[in-house]
Amino acid sequence: MKIKPGMFFTVLKITFLLFICVITLYPFLHIFAVSLSNELPIMRGEVGIIPKGLNFKSYNEVLKDPQLLTSYKNTIIYVVARTMIALTVTVCGAYALTKKHMLFHRFFTLMVVFTMFFSGGMIPTYLVVQKLGLVDTRWAVILVNSVSVWYLLLMRTFFSSIPSELEDSGKIDGLNEIGILWYIILPLSKASLATIGLFYAVAMWNAFFTPFIYLNSPEKFPLQVILRQIVIANDMKATQYVGADDSAVLPEAIKYATIMVSTLPIIMVYPFIQKYFVKGVMIGSVKG
Amino acid sequence: MKEAVYLDARKKPFIKRLNESKYLLILFFPCFLYFLIFKYLPMFGIVISFKNYNVFKGIMDSPWVGLKYYKMFFKNPDSINIIRNTILLGIYKLVWSFPAPIAFALVLNEVANGAFKRVVQTVSYLPHFISTVIIAGMILQFTSPRNGLFNVVLMGFGLEPINFMVLPQWFRTVYIGSEIWQDIGWSAIIYLAALAGINPELYEAATVDGANKWHKMWSITIPSIAPTIVTLFILNTGKVLDIGFEKVFLLYNPAIYKTADVISTYVYRIGLQQRSFSYATAINMSQSVVSLVLVLSTNYMSRKLSETSLW
Repeated sequence: MKIKPGMFFTVLKITFLLFICVITLYPFLHIFAVSLSNELPIMRGEVGIIPKGLNFKSYNEVLKDPQLLTSYKNTIIYVVARTMIALTVTVCGAYALTKKHMLFHRFFTLMVVFTMFFSGGMIPTYLVVQKLGLVDTRWAVILVNSVSVWYLLLMRTFFSSIPSELEDSGKIDGLNEIGILWYIILPLSKASLATIGLFYAVAMWNAFFTPFIYLNSPEKFPLQVILRQIVIANDMKATQYVGADDSAVLPEAIKYATIMVSTLPIIMVYPFIQKYFVKGVMIGSVKG
Repeated sequence: MKEAVYLDARKKPFIKRLNESKYLLILFFPCFLYFLIFKYLPMFGIVISFKNYNVFKGIMDSPWVGLKYYKMFFKNPDSINIIRNTILLGIYKLVWSFPAPIAFALVLNEVANGAFKRVVQTVSYLPHFISTVIIAGMILQFTSPRNGLFNVVLMGFGLEPINFMVLPQWFRTVYIGSEIWQDIGWSAIIYLAALAGINPELYEAATVDGANKWHKMWSITIPSIAPTIVTLFILNTGKVLDIGFEKVFLLYNPAIYKTADVISTYVYRIGLQQRSFSYATAINMSQSVVSLVLVLSTNYMSRKLSETSLW
């Protein structure tokens, strides 16, 4: 076989791309392997991406933890509530902003966009939330930082691309703007609603900062705050398991199993939802 | 009754316009309320940085102190450190993790096999969907001197294990390295979109003229995506001081404050842990103003130099 001159570069670029894939996936495979391994191979650092001494002890321990389960439930509540509220506010606001004849249209647009470049900051926001009596309530997590200007503008771009003739037919039928939005625009925007809804849902699933600073009661903590306690803050929780009974489980295995339990839903789902995200980023980049 | 409103509306355009857009205003109302309460009320709260805020007296009745807290911040020896850390992390991020996705997108764009391309892309998005807490947890575990992945590798080469998260000189490398790892695939999306938008006829014409791959890359590909690069560069420059609270907070510990402590984590400790609300707000405010100036000035410069700007 004759080696073509372009061959070298082809090999180079394939190697580069495979390298990116390996360094992206290896940590996750490693965590998965360690979480399923026996203590001795872990301590010796022998575990790569294949579990050694396969067992499910660490998962048994992790899934027994009532706090983790409560926080899982809390996260689901927060994700559903915040996504619904934020999506509703975003859709209604974005639709109103596509109508240039609306009273104060310019003022409202500026009001929204300005917050992208300047904000009151951590402490004044905290004081406002405190004044409203929302500190240590679920509402703080659901409402604070829920609506994103970026997604609002994205939604507005989506709506602007819908031909206005479609709305005219609604007007002839005597619908007001709320009716038009509900009966004509929304049925046409299901894909966009799914996109922005997913943006919000994933952001809430992963949110740490807001719940961390506004919540004090452990029974209201979402998954990410509990995860920090188990995986990062101190080893107390993880070390508690060691020696609880004869089958010692290493703190590492506990931590890795916790990471797996909390990340698996996202890892399973993301290949299917990523195309919506990509679409969102692309549309944002056109008019951004 | 309705007749009367109508007549009145024709006389007063404002009332008429109000009436015409009343449903739109109803739709916008929740949005207005959200921004008013959670974005604009806090902006008025910035006045506490000019006052000696006392929880019991409230914002209005706390005494004015002028620029006392701003002066305090710029005189405090800690400040130099956190400002330097914030700026350095921001600049390193711009230098290292800004070009990485461009390179990745350029290489990926050269791949002809659609299936391979899609798989690589999908895999590269994975870290974007993982929470900061998990990312930080992974970093801490992997850098751990006790059988952490990196140290296992180091020891495999016969080297001494390094306690990465206790040594200040390692923090920036760990932070930026993980930042590139998290971002490379996701940030490439915009460049890939720009690359897909290049007219294939340009390449055909270049081939006819005898251009090789490198010529095409430098004369067609790079200039075509240059506006995208410039726009993102402006946006990122504006964010130089915006080192996210979460990741630093989750990674750092007092042993490495020297390189790891940034403005937002300092504000958190001063404000929410030590409850010096006024002082923390003054620090935060200084940062916001500088950030705003940065965005405006890069945008201005870019408009002068390259005719690409955000507005």
